[in-house]
Amino acid sequence: MSELTLLLIRLAFLAVLWFFVIAAVGVIRTDLFGPRTAPAPARKPVKQPRSVSKPKKGEPRQLIVTGGPLQGTIINLTETPITIGRANDATLVLSDDYASSRHARLFPQDGQWIVEDLGSTNGTYLERSKVTRPTPVPLGVPIRIGKTVIELRK
Amino acid sequence: MTAKRRGAQLGMLAFAVLIVMGAYASVGLGINGKIPSGMLGYGLGLGGLMLAAYLVLAKWAPWADPLLLPLVTLVNGIGLVMIYRIEQSGQAGASATTQLMWTALGVVMFSATLIVLKDHRALQRLTYTAGFVGVVLMAIPALLPGSLSEVQGAKIWIRIGGFSIQPGEFAKLALVVFFAGYLVAKRDVLALAGRRLLFIDLPRARDLGPVLITWAFAIATLVLEKDLGTSLLLFGAFIAMLYIATQRTSWVLIGILLFVGGAFLAGQIFSHVEARFNVWLHAEDPALYDAGGGSYQLMQGMFAMGSGGILGTGLGQGYPRLIPLSFSDFIFTATGEELGLTGLMAILIVYALIVERGLRTSLTARDPFTKLLAGGLSFILAWQIFIIVGGVTRLIPLTGLVTPFMSAGGSALLANWMLIALLVRMSDAARRPPPQAIQDEGLTQVMQR
Repeated sequence: MSELTLLLIRLAFLAVLWFFVIAAVGVIRTDLFGPRTAPAPARKPVKQPRSVSKPKKGEPRQLIVTGGPLQGTIINLTETPITIGRANDATLVLSDDYASSRHARLFPQDGQWIVEDLGSTNGTYLERSKVTRPTPVPLGVPIRIGKTVIELRK
Repeated sequence: MTAKRRGAQLGMLAFAVLIVMGAYASVGLGINGKIPSGMLGYGLGLGGLMLAAYLVLAKWAPWADPLLLPLVTLVNGIGLVMIYRIEQSGQAGASATTQLMWTALGVVMFSATLIVLKDHRALQRLTYTAGFVGVVLMAIPALLPGSLSEVQGAKIWIRIGGFSIQPGEFAKLALVVFFAGYLVAKRDVLALAGRRLLFIDLPRARDLGPVLITWAFAIATLVLEKDLGTSLLLFGAFIAMLYIATQRTSWVLIGILLFVGGAFLAGQIFSHVEARFNVWLHAEDPALYDAGGGSYQLMQGMFAMGSGGILGTGLGQGYPRLIPLSFSDFIFTATGEELGLTGLMAILIVYALIVERGLRTSLTARDPFTKLLAGGLSFILAWQIFIIVGGVTRLIPLTGLVTPFMSAGGSALLANWMLIALLVRMSDAARRPPPQAIQDEGLTQVMQR
């Protein structure tokens, strides 16, 4: 066994050892921030039911975040309720100290969208008034949750 | 967003086993230019064991952290390779076969812990039982006559026939469980009562009781069992957990002052403690180097790491035979000689990642007992690595602790595999998604906080 081969084996082993460390860090990274490219097919099933039950005229189709760190986010409205809060499984996940983990939810009822506060600490506000019981949300009226403002659009 | 990440786990596990097999081959090539005949056996043995551990984990703790098992596999495997390599160099006492057998038993303990302990919070009910068991395990070697408990000056063994165990290794797990349960119950009074003096919050005098008892216990270990390592390990773990529970810096300061003071006094009074300090401070003194029980071993380890340099001499090409006990306490220096600083850093980072996964479990956990237990177990692992690596590199006085998962030694390996099983169990509970609230039923109220 020549000196050179042994040197190469030695360097290769150290390189592989470090590659293991980097791979482990990669796994942690994915764990923290999710996969680098979001899987595209996963979103499709959400869109399909929307085209089946087409919203009637005058009904809101989108929820738009107009203020706060998530400003510009758009969620297409379907028949399913939307939950808002800091919990990971909420539809709109807020990273806001003033929001509760399950803060509020919006759900459709008889062609209207209703906002309901889920017992949050700092409250949900429709325009200026605090939401104390399920309240219908007109188009374009701001709902304030912590630092985030959302409204329904056509 | 948590997922089970089984694929990543299996992939990393296979990667770790492959690295270990590569290391075996590299040892053989370095020693005599041939791939050792036992390589396939060792590789398949380790691979089979880890596959079994993985299957148990997938069945009984499916949400567990995907990295803990592969990372532990790598350090355990590298330890096996180094012990094999030291055995090849002709040092008496090193036996890779024994170590592989202990690894197998370790995996059995790991699996048994996972299967039996379905919910780690059951341990909280055993708080005081665990404390009692821990103290008894610690006390047995001190009470036994020296012929049954003393090996090379440290009175920490139970030796029956040809068989010996180190009860302190298991005691540390029991004591961490006890500290966690105790602090959950008492942390409010320890955190809130007290008054502010200058810039730190001092606790009330009567709340010092638990700290003083643990301190007395640690100093007793130091004096009666001549074991600075375990004493430092336990007291450090208690102080760290006290800090996690109360977030008060004053406890850490009190703890450090107490321990340094106690160790200093013990050094003045007891000769064996003083000898340790002497070796540490004056290791390069030729007289001490030549003296029996002097700094010979420590300096041989330093020389080995020095000759390894940045890239190491290569596996199978160093002289681990020259370091006494290079397969147990000094395995880190033997590894340093052959893998160099580059390899040592990789191994230290792997340890750091194990600890990080444990601490992350502690952060995600939802109840205080889990937080304290996961934090305490991760800390005790990190602290043990710090004490032994600091010892062999002369950062702190050398104490006879094992390098977790690497050093030869059955008790430590079993206890550390149990520690990892507990972390896996807790990470499974912490990463398991919370039960889904019913959300599609119109106006039904969901009661949640």
